[in-house]
Amino acid sequence: MANAPDFATAAPEIFLALAAMALLMLGVFRGNQSTRLLCWLAVASFAVALLIVLQAPAERSVAFAGMYVADSFTAFVKAMVLIASAAGLIMSMGYIRDEGMARFEYPVLFVLAALGMMMMISANDLIALYMGIELQSLALYVIAAFQRDSLRSTEAGLKYFVLGALSSGMLLYGCSLIYGFTGATGFDAIAGALKGQDHAGIGLIVGIVFLCAGLAFKVSAVPFHMWTPDVYEGAPTPVTAFFAVAPKIAALALFMRALIIPFLAISADWQQIIIVISIASMLLGAFAAIWQDNIKRLMAYSSIGHVGFALIGLAAGSTEGVRGVLIYLAIYLAMNVGTFACILCMRRKTGMVEGISDLAGLSKSNPLMALALAIFMFSMAGIPPLGGFFGKFYVFIAAVNAELYTLAVIGVLASVVGAFYYLRIIKVMYFDEPGEPFEGPMSVEMRTIIGLCSVFVVFFAFYTAPFIASAEIAAAALVP
Amino acid sequence: MMAFLEIGLGHYLTLAAVVFTIGVFGIFLNRKNVIIILMSIELLLLAVNINLVAFSAYLHDLVGQIFALFVLTVAAGEAAIGLAIIVVYFRNRGTIEVEDINLMKG
Repeated sequence: MANAPDFATAAPEIFLALAAMALLMLGVFRGNQSTRLLCWLAVASFAVALLIVLQAPAERSVAFAGMYVADSFTAFVKAMVLIASAAGLIMSMGYIRDEGMARFEYPVLFVLAALGMMMMISANDLIALYMGIELQSLALYVIAAFQRDSLRSTEAGLKYFVLGALSSGMLLYGCSLIYGFTGATGFDAIAGALKGQDHAGIGLIVGIVFLCAGLAFKVSAVPFHMWTPDVYEGAPTPVTAFFAVAPKIAALALFMRALIIPFLAISADWQQIIIVISIASMLLGAFAAIWQDNIKRLMAYSSIGHVGFALIGLAAGSTEGVRGVLIYLAIYLAMNVGTFACILCMRRKTGMVEGISDLAGLSKSNPLMALALAIFMFSMAGIPPLGGFFGKFYVFIAAVNAELYTLAVIGVLASVVGAFYYLRIIKVMYFDEPGEPFEGPMSVEMRTIIGLCSVFVVFFAFYTAPFIASAEIAAAALVP
Repeated sequence: MMAFLEIGLGHYLTLAAVVFTIGVFGIFLNRKNVIIILMSIELLLLAVNINLVAFSAYLHDLVGQIFALFVLTVAAGEAAIGLAIIVVYFRNRGTIEVEDINLMKG
């Protein structure tokens, strides 16, 4: 029987669920002209949920018969997801109005997706994991196809749905085998059943492989990345901005918890899988992006590469590795939100443009935006002293200390190759002949988001210590 | 003779594996119609449910059956959203043949 402490553990999620229902009611009664109001109300509910998350006690609390957990790790990741969702929604407002897709379901779906992500982060049981993933995915399928009179958007939604459902099926098949061969669905109970074994039976290994395949799909790691470029290109740009950040952070957090908590005893068995997909993602992200002309497609390959780097920390499987992933994700959030805010400002009279060549001569027509985009690109390439360098640095350190030298070396090489296409964008902006300038002044919201993100990325070196201390505490909650 | 006819856990797992494989092949080999993909997805989830219920009975543990109920419920929602997206796509494209879903090349 659920009692009061259970509800306190899940307070942010319960609040968001109620907020989603309230917003839906408001939208149904007030109609589409209230979309802007609903967007701001949704942002406000993200802010309130963030406050609830940050005020929760830091010690681990388990609720609903061990299915649900809240500790400083979940608090850290949930804070990132809520910030990313709020930023995604704020960036959407101008776009959905201009493109005539400002229907009231849009903010409600964002809230529901964020709720699913928070359930994924807090899941401590295979059933809770599945419910969280599905709530998030079902909302995201609809958001991808939200521009329903656009062929590209609906095609993106259809592809995302088919491949997402396939990945859910694989994940579930893995869950069923894990349940069958350990006799439990709770992460702690599985860990108890595996205590003292150093190698898993073949049935369990197959289950873990399917689970990893399903989760790799959700974080778009190679070889399950096929959907990413198409969905990123086809979906409306602010939706792509949202897809590139919040669901990735949540899925990576879930990936870490679902492997480290139940299967720590047999870590040798799954570590190889993670190493392989990490190397493959880094290399594909570095090489495939070189030939892209569309900036959204380029960002898709870039995000595949970034997931590869983040998975290095998971492969290390240590506190240091998890800390590295958390730092990486926080910086990734700032870089990606900032970059997509810039992409959203690429508007001409004829509509949105997405080609890299459209950025030509941006340094003359809009020097501030060019500077911000240059900062983000340098940071993604991992050039010190920008934030992206520290993100890569801490995962590589973790890999070296876990004696995964090959992984670290390939990671460094991949980031050198990747630097090529980031620098190409900077070259186009600063040295190419200017084209037609982009339309109009940027909105206040966009300028604020771009400003905050670039400040975070540029000055990361100055507040590294307190930031790393909190990431350390969060990581210690997952891997003691 | 009776021992030969007895259906054990292994048979259920084999059946589930076969159904799951048919589902996966249905998604990748089918070039005709998106509705068939939707049916294949249902097959995947059904295979999982066979697994879960078989394990649940074998382990004398109810959690597997509860899990199966959750899967059934979510599968219904998934199918609804899938059909809705297919309808929206059809309005734009005028066809739902898999070969025609190629506006963006992966």
